[in-house]
Amino acid sequence: MGAGPYIDASPPRALAERLKDRFGDAVLDVAEFRGEITVVVSKDRLLEVARHLREDRDAAFEMLTTVVAMHFLSGDHEHEVVYQLYSVSRNQRLRIKVRLRPGEVVASVTPIWPGANWLEREQYDLVGVRFQGHPDLRRIIMPEDYPDHPLRKDFDVEGGPTSIDGEGRPASPGFRDMEHA
Amino acid sequence: MERPGPGPEPPGMGPSLPAGEDALRGEQMVINMGPSHPSTHGVLRLVVTLDGETVTAVRPYVGYLHRGMEKIAEGMTYTQFIPYTDRLDYLAPLSNNVAYIMAVEKLMGITVPPRAQVIRVMCCEIARISAHLLWLGTGALDLGAATVFFHSFRERETLYNIIESLTGARLTTSYPRVGGLALDLPEGWTTQVRQFVDSFPKALDELDDLLTGNQIWMKRTQGIGVISADHAIGLGMTGPNLRGSGVAYDVRRAEPYLGYEQYDFDVPVGSTGDVYDRYLVRMEEMRQSTRILDQALRRLPDGPINIDDPKIVLPPKDRVLRKMEELIQQFMIVTEGFKAPEGEIYHAIEAPKGELGFFIRSEGDKSPYRLHIRSPSFISLQGIEAMAVGSLVSDLVAVIASLDPVMGEVDR
Repeated sequence: MGAGPYIDASPPRALAERLKDRFGDAVLDVAEFRGEITVVVSKDRLLEVARHLREDRDAAFEMLTTVVAMHFLSGDHEHEVVYQLYSVSRNQRLRIKVRLRPGEVVASVTPIWPGANWLEREQYDLVGVRFQGHPDLRRIIMPEDYPDHPLRKDFDVEGGPTSIDGEGRPASPGFRDMEHA
Repeated sequence: MERPGPGPEPPGMGPSLPAGEDALRGEQMVINMGPSHPSTHGVLRLVVTLDGETVTAVRPYVGYLHRGMEKIAEGMTYTQFIPYTDRLDYLAPLSNNVAYIMAVEKLMGITVPPRAQVIRVMCCEIARISAHLLWLGTGALDLGAATVFFHSFRERETLYNIIESLTGARLTTSYPRVGGLALDLPEGWTTQVRQFVDSFPKALDELDDLLTGNQIWMKRTQGIGVISADHAIGLGMTGPNLRGSGVAYDVRRAEPYLGYEQYDFDVPVGSTGDVYDRYLVRMEEMRQSTRILDQALRRLPDGPINIDDPKIVLPPKDRVLRKMEELIQQFMIVTEGFKAPEGEIYHAIEAPKGELGFFIRSEGDKSPYRLHIRSPSFISLQGIEAMAVGSLVSDLVAVIASLDPVMGEVDR
């Protein structure tokens, strides 16, 4: 049999190197695991790097496959946001990642990839990351008046201050961010 | 609603309109479609703004079927999550199972034996044909072609019998396991599949005859719900919805998994990106899937279906009942699970609806730190506004059917 389940298209290592040369300090780290490359980017320069990746002819990442936010209870960073990119014309994948300290927000990539609209809304809704400049940052999966972000690691899965009472109302008014609700 | 008054002036004649374009517009009406509307295929809710019968805005609301799957995954072992994947795209559970299992295997660094790979290919293609048959039957029913429904469901029933004899269940399959498969093929199963492969092309031709050249069908679907290739790529659309717009992106071709590079099949694409093109693409995909099934049956090798790793794969049952080591081994796997190495991976397969991907971040534990499901239906639904604005309400029904969303994987 041929190649196993791995992505066989060779990972864009050279591209990651060029990103380092071009953006210098904005590229904080480049990691490779199971043939996938993750480039950690400074959150302040995310839009600049993303625009380059979208428009540069050697990168040509026309498609934003998905956005994943992760919440952390310990360590310097509260959130990591991962952007999984795919280039239809060059058949390559790349992941870029930003790390956010408590209270920090990240720029929305909707001006670059319109499909980010729902993807960022979902991560805002479930994980609680704010995307600055997003045209329509409302909840998308949970009810509009839901008080919490369930994929945060401090979410009480067995019911607690943020659970729903028997009549479908939040058991406590612990609304974490009413300004967007 | 139309405002009474003199008919519109022919263009280029008479004085220009006093109040600009708005003078031609009537009062706008907002109507609610769903979340339980027969044409929304599940609990999709659309708030539609209408000018007369013309759609001027569509706002989809989703989440009515949210079960918190991504959160649930964080609290259980990798194996325990398999049954939840059945309930993503519940019209193609085998395909979801394979997608999830392969993501975990990528994280673990496992390649399954050739026999398991070929069986998984058959699972995926059977799931694709049965999902497309459901789309065909219900989609045609939405547009008033009831006959197609009965014919396509007859064929789908054959496939469900095949799935049932393979997995013991028609919908909740949970068949693959990390490192291989739950069970080997039952006796006579390949004969069942062979009979289907031999008889299905003729049945598909009959379905084709009912619609492809049908004047009413063409008028209802051609030029409706058009989306350009660039627009579809920008929105992240994949699968038949993207290929209908002429982009030949198919994960089976772009990043072959399970040995798909060794199968001979075509990736059909459309040219205009309308409802009719997406229809043609899915019809052809059923033919191509039948070709793949045929090749898989021919090449199905003998040999083990699981990798040889006692930390991951359950031991044979008869040995568990007689040997102490195997008993302990089974006990440990069932109660404790296995630990995955630290890291982040994304793995995607070509599911019937498009690119179904799983992102897993592992911190070296027996359950994922974060699991994210990139569901093709969720992302395709974003295209509904671009496709439906400017068309009639009845065309909106055609657009929804042509996107083929399944709310199980939209809401997760």
